[in-house]
Amino acid sequence: MIPATFDYLEVDSADAALAALAEHGDEAKLMAGGHSLIPLMKFRLATPAVVVDIGRISELSYIDDSGGHIAIGALTRHRALETSDLVKAQAPILAHVAGQVGDPAVRHRGTLGGSLAHGDPASDLPAALLALGGSVVVRGPSGEREIAASDFFTGFLETALAPDELMTEVRIPKVPNAKWSYQKFNRRAQDWAIVGVAAVLNGESRVALVNMGATPIQAGAVEAALAAGASIDEASAKAAEGTSPPEDLNGDAEYRAHLAQVLVKRALTEAS
Amino acid sequence: MSDKIRLEMTVNGQSHSADVEPRTLLVHFLRDDLGLTGTNVGCDTSSCGACTIHIDGESAKSCTMLAAQARGANITTIEGLAVSGELHPMQQAFMECHGLQCGYCTPGMVMAATSLLNENPKPSEHEVREGLEGNLCRCTGYHNIVKAVLSASGQSAQGGGA
Ligand SMILES: Cc1cc2nc3c(=O)[nH]c(=O)nc-3n(C[C@H](O)[C@H](O)[C@H](O)COP(=O)(O)OP(=O)(O)OC[C@H]3O[C@@H](n4cnc5c(N)ncnc54)[C@H](O)[C@@H]3O)c2cc1C
Ligand code: FES
Ligand code: FES
Repeated sequence: MIPATFDYLEVDSADAALAALAEHGDEAKLMAGGHSLIPLMKFRLATPAVVVDIGRISELSYIDDSGGHIAIGALTRHRALETSDLVKAQAPILAHVAGQVGDPAVRHRGTLGGSLAHGDPASDLPAALLALGGSVVVRGPSGEREIAASDFFTGFLETALAPDELMTEVRIPKVPNAKWSYQKFNRRAQDWAIVGVAAVLNGESRVALVNMGATPIQAGAVEAALAAGASIDEASAKAAEGTSPPEDLNGDAEYRAHLAQVLVKRALTEAS
Repeated sequence: MSDKIRLEMTVNGQSHSADVEPRTLLVHFLRDDLGLTGTNVGCDTSSCGACTIHIDGESAKSCTMLAAQARGANITTIEGLAVSGELHPMQQAFMECHGLQCGYCTPGMVMAATSLLNENPKPSEHEVREGLEGNLCRCTGYHNIVKAVLSASGQSAQGGGA
């Protein structure tokens, strides 16, 4: 399978990427690691006229201590997150989840920004971002804005990013003492989660679900129950409330709803 | 048709330059333009790992990269591992431990395994299995592949199995 033809533009700075987006508009598509985009292009589900390769913008690949939070460049690869001492110490769930993505070869190429911007409800890192209460920084023609994780995922493979915007940074609150758990349920090596659960308990409780709706989502009913003092059993029974799980070869909606309850219970138990 | 682009990269220590269509996948560039047919295509959907090569020392699936993304990079394929006719220790270990049968997965397995040892020189058996999770083998049942990787890391394989 070979992608349809396109023009290729490699850029070496955020400014050059924005200029390319401004010039080519809807015709252009950013490519970071290409590990979501290239498969789509090979199936011809995506046929951009112009590919803007941002994969080698070194100024957008960093993991910095910014005082209250960790600042992570959008082009940071999964492998760098997985092995970062700063991330392991200050937001260990993020390093752990990065290490659960695909396989080592995928983690050498895929980027945090690409994974979030793709907005796939089946992917792992968006759930970690939601459970950590992080945010993303995007830059566009009218400047820079910061978008909370809870406002970022807007529809199936859709996010709050406008077509002429570039994600530059991901901000992760430091939670060195938080209790956390990530439960990824799949049946084959290297596979995507059939259902996944990310939980971070740090005074307040945040629980996010993988593959339980059109977008990566928070388990609002579970969070509310925990805030009201419910037991783990009571809270996890609400895991599927307000969700609309997809149906596919791996399972129907009922199966996923059941899985979500089981996995939320496991996550809360492990994190407690 | 879109304009061709000029690519320069180092493959197995040799520099190459070529004009390619932007949509050329790295695996096709290696096989068809450079004639390095040791890198196989199995699934063509980034699942099987048969096309694994190294980019700047790290494993990557060359069916899921544009050749253009490797511009300026240092690529190693299975053909680049042996030095002056002498097998790389990982290749030697695959041979000695009978880590292959039909051999289709083997170039990718060996490239994934050498990348693994670059990052983790003394992996446990479990770490070897996890480290190779992106590489499928339909013949061996994996035991002898795991043995080979442990052996190449200077550790004796425990137990064994079929
Ligand atoms: C075999 C395989 C297995 C995988 N398994 C998993 C898994 O188990 N779990 C999981 O979560 N993921 C998995 N993935 C996906 C992987 O994590 C991808 O790397 C990730 O989803 C996309 O990152 P990327 O850098 O490759 O993005 P790309 O493919 O380059 O881009 C994806 C999308 O994001 C946009 N984009 C990228 N960067 C930016 C930016 N900075 N600003 C604005 N828009 C941007 C692009 O335009 C495109 O629309 C797998 C992928 C493969 C090939
Ligand atoms: S051919 Fe590339 S992973 Fe199967
Ligand atoms: S030896 Fe035949 S696929 Fe691995």
